[in-house]
Amino acid sequence: MTVTPVRLGLARGGIELRQTLTYWPDLVQVMFIPAAGILTLFLMRGHHVPGTTFSLGSLTLPGFIGMSFAMGGMLGVTGLLAMDREDGTLLRAKATPGGMTAYMTGKIIYSAAPTVLGLVLTIILGLAAFPGVTVHWLTLIWVTAIGLLATVPLGIVLGSVLPNPRYIPLVLLPVGGLTAISGIFYPITHLAGWLQAIGQVFPVYWLGLGFRAALLPGSLSSVELNGSWRLPYVLLVLVLWSAAGLAAAPSVLRRMARRESGSRVAARRERAMLRAT
Amino acid sequence: MSDLVAEVRELRMRYGTNEVLAGIDFAVRTGEVVALLGPNGAGKTTTIEILEGFRMRSAGAVTVLGEDPARAGEAWRARVGIVLQAWRDHAKWRVRELLDHLGGYYARYATAEIARPWGASELLDLVGLTAQAKTRIGNLSGGQRRRLDVAIGIVGRPELLFLDEPTAGFDPAARREFHELVHRLTDLEQATVLLTTHDLAEAEKLADRVLILAGGAIIADGSPDELALRLSARAEVRWTVDGQRYVHPTEQATKFTRELFAQYGEAVEDLEVRRPSLEDTYMALVQEYEQ
Repeated sequence: MTVTPVRLGLARGGIELRQTLTYWPDLVQVMFIPAAGILTLFLMRGHHVPGTTFSLGSLTLPGFIGMSFAMGGMLGVTGLLAMDREDGTLLRAKATPGGMTAYMTGKIIYSAAPTVLGLVLTIILGLAAFPGVTVHWLTLIWVTAIGLLATVPLGIVLGSVLPNPRYIPLVLLPVGGLTAISGIFYPITHLAGWLQAIGQVFPVYWLGLGFRAALLPGSLSSVELNGSWRLPYVLLVLVLWSAAGLAAAPSVLRRMARRESGSRVAARRERAMLRAT
Repeated sequence: MSDLVAEVRELRMRYGTNEVLAGIDFAVRTGEVVALLGPNGAGKTTTIEILEGFRMRSAGAVTVLGEDPARAGEAWRARVGIVLQAWRDHAKWRVRELLDHLGGYYARYATAEIARPWGASELLDLVGLTAQAKTRIGNLSGGQRRRLDVAIGIVGRPELLFLDEPTAGFDPAARREFHELVHRLTDLEQATVLLTTHDLAEAEKLADRVLILAGGAIIADGSPDELALRLSARAEVRWTVDGQRYVHPTEQATKFTRELFAQYGEAVEDLEVRRPSLEDTYMALVQEYEQ
């Protein structure tokens, strides 16, 4: 009987997911962003998109899903990686045959699953409480798939580059900034041209746009830049980011992992203890 | 030779201009428990990490289980076990859950001679963690955690087990418990073990052979008994004659004392012949090389 590292990784992801879902402090941490977002959407219920009768909450909901991909799919794995390096989980993976492959498979499952779960919950809520949410299934499926591919590998790259978990706020801030100019909570059409340009370089905007195309009636595309969902561009930009992430992740991760050894983990632990006292 | 598990020749390690290992040579044979003993900063951890394949060397030849650890693949990885001092990983997992999971990685590397992995129940029994099988790993005590680390280190039935400073930070009771575990392991499995320690008593207790590392070189190599004999061959003779105290170090204490009596007869008082303890000698030796 041979169990491949990828299968072991799937098992790892499943076990860690179960651990999170059955341990309430972790569950609170994972569900905090979706819950906060859903609350925000709920508070917007009564408002309308200016000049239309369309619910503002319904318009914001897809953008919120896009943001959860950036926050959960990308920064989630960044944080996990930085923490696993600090406590020796990554070194353990390195010391086990097939361990690195299984570790990465497990982390991808573990960070993608809550994101997809949040997506499903938000869509159910949207269909139940927000008039005007219309699911275009085919678009939804491909945007979800390419969205994960565009975010999780990038998160791996960031997590490999960060020296330790205390640097996470350093990535959190720019991603927050990108979210602000990505038309998720404030229409990108109202922003200055140069901010629009920056916003359109990064995947957060395109994720939001993709999910708006997947979840809103076609007529609403008129409020977007160029008055269209620009789906070919959504696909193109997200494929480019996926390609960049997928190309960089294995080698960046390998380089980071190659440096790991018992004495490095011990040294980091000592520094962390010093900071704690 | 096929009975060599590890062979190191002219191993050098430099960090910038700082030479940590100045060309060391040693070999580990099948079934041996070898301790790398030395003060902090002597290069023990650097050496063991090079052998574990976690660190690149500057120069020299290293062979572990027939391969160069710097280039060895996953199949080689399956044949070595590693226990470090600073594991804190998988704190959310349960003890048995993790052992079962990690054991799974070794199943495809089982051979006709070596059944891999080791069953979790049997392992838990061996390390005395049966009662903690369902405990969250983050809730284990320090000693229990280290015993789990040993269980994980051997779950793939390694042909060579590395123990890096295995009892650093232990209280005496936990240390003794750990030593008993290692004895049980080596009795049971014919395991080959390479361990590092800065504690001479630990090296004496656990190892068949001790390599003393100081200033980046191996300054002594032998069984604990041989080392005790070789390093402590020189005895100290103390006596007084007419109220005057004398001290004389010698390698032939009996001969010297006879001559002493022949010369002074009963005027020799407070005669004392003592051999320095192995520890005294070790400390003196290390100090000498560290300068």
